[in-house]
Amino acid sequence: MIEIKNVSLRLGDTQILEDVSLTMPKGGLTALVGPNGAGKSSLLSLIARLQPLQSGSISVDGLAVDTTPSRRLAKTLAILRQDPAVASRLKVRELVGFGRFPHQRGRIDDNDLRLIEAALQQFGLTDLADRFLDHLSGGQRQRAMVAMAFCQGTDYMLLDEPLNNLDMMFARQLMRDLRAAADKDRRTVIVVLHDINHAAVYADRIVAMKDGRIVADGPPAEVLQPDVLAKVFGYEMDVIEVGGAPLVLHHR
Amino acid sequence: MPDKRLLILAAVALAVAAAFMTVGLRGNIGFALELRAVRLLTLVQVGVAIAISTVVFQTVTANRVLTPQIMGLDALYLFGQMALVLTLGSVGFVALDPRLKFAGESVLMMAMALMLFLPMLRRRFDIGLLLLTGVVLGVLFRSLASLVARVIDPNEFAVVQGSSFADFNTVRPDLVVIGLIVTLVAGAIIWRLRHTLDIVALGADSATGLGVDWTRALAGLLLLVAALVAVSTALVGPVTFFGLLVVALAERIVDSRRHQLLLPAAMLTAIIVLLGGQIVLQHVLGGAATLGVVIEFVGGLVFLAMLITTSKR
Repeated sequence: MIEIKNVSLRLGDTQILEDVSLTMPKGGLTALVGPNGAGKSSLLSLIARLQPLQSGSISVDGLAVDTTPSRRLAKTLAILRQDPAVASRLKVRELVGFGRFPHQRGRIDDNDLRLIEAALQQFGLTDLADRFLDHLSGGQRQRAMVAMAFCQGTDYMLLDEPLNNLDMMFARQLMRDLRAAADKDRRTVIVVLHDINHAAVYADRIVAMKDGRIVADGPPAEVLQPDVLAKVFGYEMDVIEVGGAPLVLHHR
Repeated sequence: MPDKRLLILAAVALAVAAAFMTVGLRGNIGFALELRAVRLLTLVQVGVAIAISTVVFQTVTANRVLTPQIMGLDALYLFGQMALVLTLGSVGFVALDPRLKFAGESVLMMAMALMLFLPMLRRRFDIGLLLLTGVVLGVLFRSLASLVARVIDPNEFAVVQGSSFADFNTVRPDLVVIGLIVTLVAGAIIWRLRHTLDIVALGADSATGLGVDWTRALAGLLLLVAALVAVSTALVGPVTFFGLLVVALAERIVDSRRHQLLLPAAMLTAIIVLLGGQIVLQHVLGGAATLGVVIEFVGGLVFLAMLITTSKR
């Protein structure tokens, strides 16, 4: 379970998050949605202890993120940031293998090799495994980063806009893989999404944020209502139903 | 499994070392061998110290055209020396036990490196800002050192000046042993951290996500770099571009940034370049130029070439 209590964040003169409290039980796929600058990425990086906590408290599986040793947390929680910097002269297989670092501190055994190959295959990277990262397209690199996060094998996975740069096929594939991770492996997945229709189909729960606060929280059918969406995104949009899931016509 | 390219590098390094010991031996063989052995030891540990400190520094700052020296870490060391001469006078400075002096200066330098860089690192400052600060501080310490040089007595200046330029010919038997100990210990620690260094190279966010305590890792690595820079500066004086040259060469040779490969490759390349360069200059060109100048010249060219190619990409 992830417990966020009264978390505020202020950078310079800007209030990024204001008194956010949120509880996410173990298991399931939660989508964080909202306009640019709503504080979604900041919330994610606070949960993943990438930024120091200013006020409030956050715990993952009972481990307080600000006091638990980083190495201990890395076995429980994996984070994929938006546009991560990529080191040069690094092969795809090496990067994916780094996902095993929290468990092995660099000594890779047969079990790790198996997990690395499985992750490479799952994300269609087997043919690219020996290519250098700086020779790949943005989407291929993104898949390699996601594969690394999967390879870390943690119960909790936080992904910040993982669909960036992915083509339609791989975006759909990734959402299905995340769904499978939640259903089959009982992992807890929290993902920041810009395409609200992906959230509509694959998420169990949608948390909508705006101006550093949570403005809506519930199952997709509840949150994806025209009036709620207008409040979050600032304009009217139609919502129709296709195959039992809401479809937001946000582009018209 | 040892990499084939590393084995070849090691073989070449051994051959160059053997040539360094034996080429053009004459006169009292025993005396000449002893002298050469001390010089060999000096050059090898300087090469190793510069190579691994540059690799670690480049990894920590995520920048492949930097050396600790470009950031002015050695200027810090020289400034310490100037300050000592100013307070103790040249007589007192010369009379000091060189090992004690070295130890004091190294500790001072490590403390100052931490004091200057750690607050910025802890608050997760942008690395660009950090580098800019480093460069400015480097200029500051160099200027302070030259200010002190103007203030002091010309005789005292002569004492300090000797230690302000790179000089691969002077042998410091008094510092070889202590330098060797520092290089070996720091080298062993860095080798144990080779996998962690691979993760640190991914940047603060990814490294933290993978369980590296970023601030602590950075502080420790900076201390090690400072100690290694102290060794090389104490033994041969400031060398700015040598580290850049050998790390760039080593990266080409092993075609990898993995520290397991890059660290030994950079070490061996440094040894080959230093010893080989010394042999060529001394025995082939008859001492026409000094190694320090040649290496800095070539290294500077590599630095410019790397700047141009990276900005093109």
